[in-house]
Amino acid sequence: MSTLVLAQQAAEGITNTGLAALTYGLGAIGPGIGIGYLVGQSVQAMARQPEAAGMVRTTMFLGIAFVEALALIGFVVFFLGQG
Amino acid sequence: MQILAELEFPPVSHIVNWPELVGGDTIGVNKVVLVYLFAVVLTALVFILGSKGELVPRGMQNVAESAVDFVQDGIIMQTMGKEGLSWTPFMLSLFFFIFFTNIFEIIPVIQMPASARIALPMFLALLTWLLYNGAGIRSQGLFGYLKSSLFPPGVPIPLYILVTPIEFVSNFIVRPFSLMVRLFANLLAGHILLVTFAVLTSALWVKAWYAVFFPLPLFAVIFFTLFEILVSFLQAYVFTLLAGVYIGGAMHPDH
Repeated sequence: MSTLVLAQQAAEGITNTGLAALTYGLGAIGPGIGIGYLVGQSVQAMARQPEAAGMVRTTMFLGIAFVEALALIGFVVFFLGQG
Repeated sequence: MQILAELEFPPVSHIVNWPELVGGDTIGVNKVVLVYLFAVVLTALVFILGSKGELVPRGMQNVAESAVDFVQDGIIMQTMGKEGLSWTPFMLSLFFFIFFTNIFEIIPVIQMPASARIALPMFLALLTWLLYNGAGIRSQGLFGYLKSSLFPPGVPIPLYILVTPIEFVSNFIVRPFSLMVRLFANLLAGHILLVTFAVLTSALWVKAWYAVFFPLPLFAVIFFTLFEILVSFLQAYVFTLLAGVYIGGAMHPDH
């Protein structure tokens, strides 16, 4: 059995679903870091200036919504890529 | 592990598809349509029961009044300012409708978030798109609105070759798309999460040594059910907040 056939068999072992899942995992890294940083900074801002907490909270949710959209698009692409 | 090989997770198309109760494929009533109707009725009930106008609020009027306060102070005043207060009925019904369609995700027996089917988020996103463009055109005129949204002030003139296409894509295409995907994918993900742990829980209800793991997915189901209440509320809030930001931005352009 030549190495070419072995490589082909190995490649067939990787299904579309596995690749899609791996890709979604990669795509979740960025938004994960982003939301962590964003919420951490917001908590710091609220702790330093409790009277501005309401404003900071609204802006924080807005920011989370924008960052989160990237992860969610990855989640949708995961289902599209499974086929 | 033998159990993992035996487990059969339903494909995604199965867990959001429901057979028609009445009617055919194109026009029919299934569980999702019933959830829409329920949500419309509940939203209408909030408005009807909340508008009694008694001096000392009781029951539903309490809920409705605190909801109006929340939408006015927390969403409209923060994003649109005083002029946006005339949008309160729209924002309030948007908030309640999305919340009610979401919360059916965890109501026993029903357990289907209607927002996990793309039709509803797409319709709501298109409605918001029409409304914020309409609000911009009404307050600035068609030409003024296009100018303020495509040619942001304070940019060196040659850079408009780069800035204008980017602004066009982000204002008119990405905005409704991201509104739609955010609501849809959040609820679909939550639904899949609950289904996954429910399937695991029922698979571990057996007479075998690995039944000792039974409490783990059970607690996960309970925890994620509570978590999904938060998500339903948060997604309704975020959708309404972003609608407010877009409408407010169209009414008051940057100077």
